[in-house]
Amino acid sequence: MANADATLAGSPARASTRTITPRRGSKAGERRRGRVGWLFIAPFAIVFIVFLIAPLAYAFYLSLYTKGLATGGVPVFSGLDNYIQAFTDPVFLGGVLFVAHFALVLIPVQMVISLAVALVLDAIVTRFTRFARLMIFLPYAVPAVIGALMWGFLYSPSFGPLTQLFGANAPFPLSPDNIFYGLMNVVTWQWAGYYMIIIYAALRGIDPTLYEAARIDGANAWQVAWRIKVPMVSSALVLILVFALIGTLQFFTEPAILTQVSNGSITLGFTPNIYAFNQAFQYSNVNYASALSFSLGIVVFIAVYIFLFATRKRGGFLR
Amino acid sequence: MTTARITLASTTRPKTARGRRRQSDGSRVLPYIFLGILIVYFLIPIWWLFVASTKDVTGLFQGTSGALWFDKNFALGSNLADLFTYNDGIYLRWLGNSVFYSLTAGVGATILSVLAGYGFAKFRFFGRRFFFAVLLGSVMVPLTALVIPDFILLSDLNLTDTIWAVILPSLLNPFGVYLMQVYIKDAVPEELLEAARIDGAGEFRTFIQVAFPLMRPAFVTVLLLSIVGTWNNYFLPLAMLQNTQLYPITVGIGLWEGQASANNGGGHSLWGLIIVGALVSIIPLIIAFLSLQKYWQGGLSIGAVK
Repeated sequence: MANADATLAGSPARASTRTITPRRGSKAGERRRGRVGWLFIAPFAIVFIVFLIAPLAYAFYLSLYTKGLATGGVPVFSGLDNYIQAFTDPVFLGGVLFVAHFALVLIPVQMVISLAVALVLDAIVTRFTRFARLMIFLPYAVPAVIGALMWGFLYSPSFGPLTQLFGANAPFPLSPDNIFYGLMNVVTWQWAGYYMIIIYAALRGIDPTLYEAARIDGANAWQVAWRIKVPMVSSALVLILVFALIGTLQFFTEPAILTQVSNGSITLGFTPNIYAFNQAFQYSNVNYASALSFSLGIVVFIAVYIFLFATRKRGGFLR
Repeated sequence: MTTARITLASTTRPKTARGRRRQSDGSRVLPYIFLGILIVYFLIPIWWLFVASTKDVTGLFQGTSGALWFDKNFALGSNLADLFTYNDGIYLRWLGNSVFYSLTAGVGATILSVLAGYGFAKFRFFGRRFFFAVLLGSVMVPLTALVIPDFILLSDLNLTDTIWAVILPSLLNPFGVYLMQVYIKDAVPEELLEAARIDGAGEFRTFIQVAFPLMRPAFVTVLLLSIVGTWNNYFLPLAMLQNTQLYPITVGIGLWEGQASANNGGGHSLWGLIIVGALVSIIPLIIAFLSLQKYWQGGLSIGAVK
């Protein structure tokens, strides 16, 4: 809202400074200013290089080596062997397939819920809807570890209400047949409110005179919602889709916490991240774990990039 | 603003629309039912946690009033006392660690984001476009894919199992830089900076005194997101830390959960501690969010309105 105003006010201002600058600033001055720009970026750039570029480069380097019994525990260069192993490893591929399937089902459900709630909250403002907005957002303030634990308790036959409701043949949402939906419920509960708030904030930023104009033209509330509101917040929708996609593909915390109480439904290779973690810390297979982490990073990067490219007209990211 | 919008709409509605009005009464109730159901759904786990925290061990396992209602014996006080004294008060230590990690990493990451966002938004220099593209690309790299590489790197530097192993990687927040850049580009007018420069203010003074006050909404949002991100983080500290004294609350409760499920029968009292510990751990952030509403609600739309 303030942003839109600022954009309007900002563009003529920028145009006018551009006419001033050449008169005032010499080339040397420009260059000096450029160096100052670098000074502002430097602290972040250092952290970026040390904790993003360097680890990725080092992990890639390690992933090209293999440490085996045959070599007496000394790592030997093996080229892309670890990657060939990863992409033919049924456990890793199973994990990738699971998170891809999970993302495909979960994200549309989450989006529909959060969009519907945001539209309702935007259309009706009363004390009750304000209260509802806060309560639906509340799970965002709960760490994923605690959220998963709470649902684990609610699912559990000894702590939860399911046995009370259904008796001895109560469903167990973490059994191998149900775990997909059991986890989907946990993640939806955790994140739908956050996505709702982002869409809601974008809806608040729409100029309300647009609705008046549409109403004068005879549009009803549904048409206003579908034809004006949803298209106007499409970049917010793209943004949360990207968040949801990145978050789901690197799924770790919830299944890791629920492993203990799932009676074996969650295996060592349930998601790619859990598999990489177990390779690194259970089997001390650092080289293979590096290859898995690196593969996961690349796969997610490419998936998100393709998605953003396909929606580039709507999103603000790649323009 | 919306209230104004709605009153306007209802007063300008034609008088003949009586039938329509009844219909809209019906469609007024539906949204309330919808929201009511959702409130119940989103609050049930927290309600369960609160109720379970007030039960003693017998109430928890053999209680007769059900999972979603209080037992005869209200034991919240003694549960809290147990929680804070168990294992020499390790719980409070974990809580303190979480506060420390999230404040230092959150403030640090926010300062880095503000500086870099300002640099990208307000200066023209060689390589700017390229590095901004790299930055946007890095937003798409899943941060957990960096945990194991970070661990390997830091263990070669003998820095794992220290507070730095948790704080330093958490300083990286490319999305925060992106948000700040988007916001600063529009919220800080060039002519204001130009005027300060002509008045002879140095670049850094211009930044602190002229530009920074205009960035406050985005600053608070990025700060809150960074603090919550570190507070909620599980994977990074789980991989980095061995010493239980350094655990944040998330890893600590995860540890208890593992111990409680490992000795199935004997873990009874530990389950009680986990439940009341989980309740206490979510209170600080819930209070922070409820009391800071007006700051974060507007800020979350940055990056989504363009």
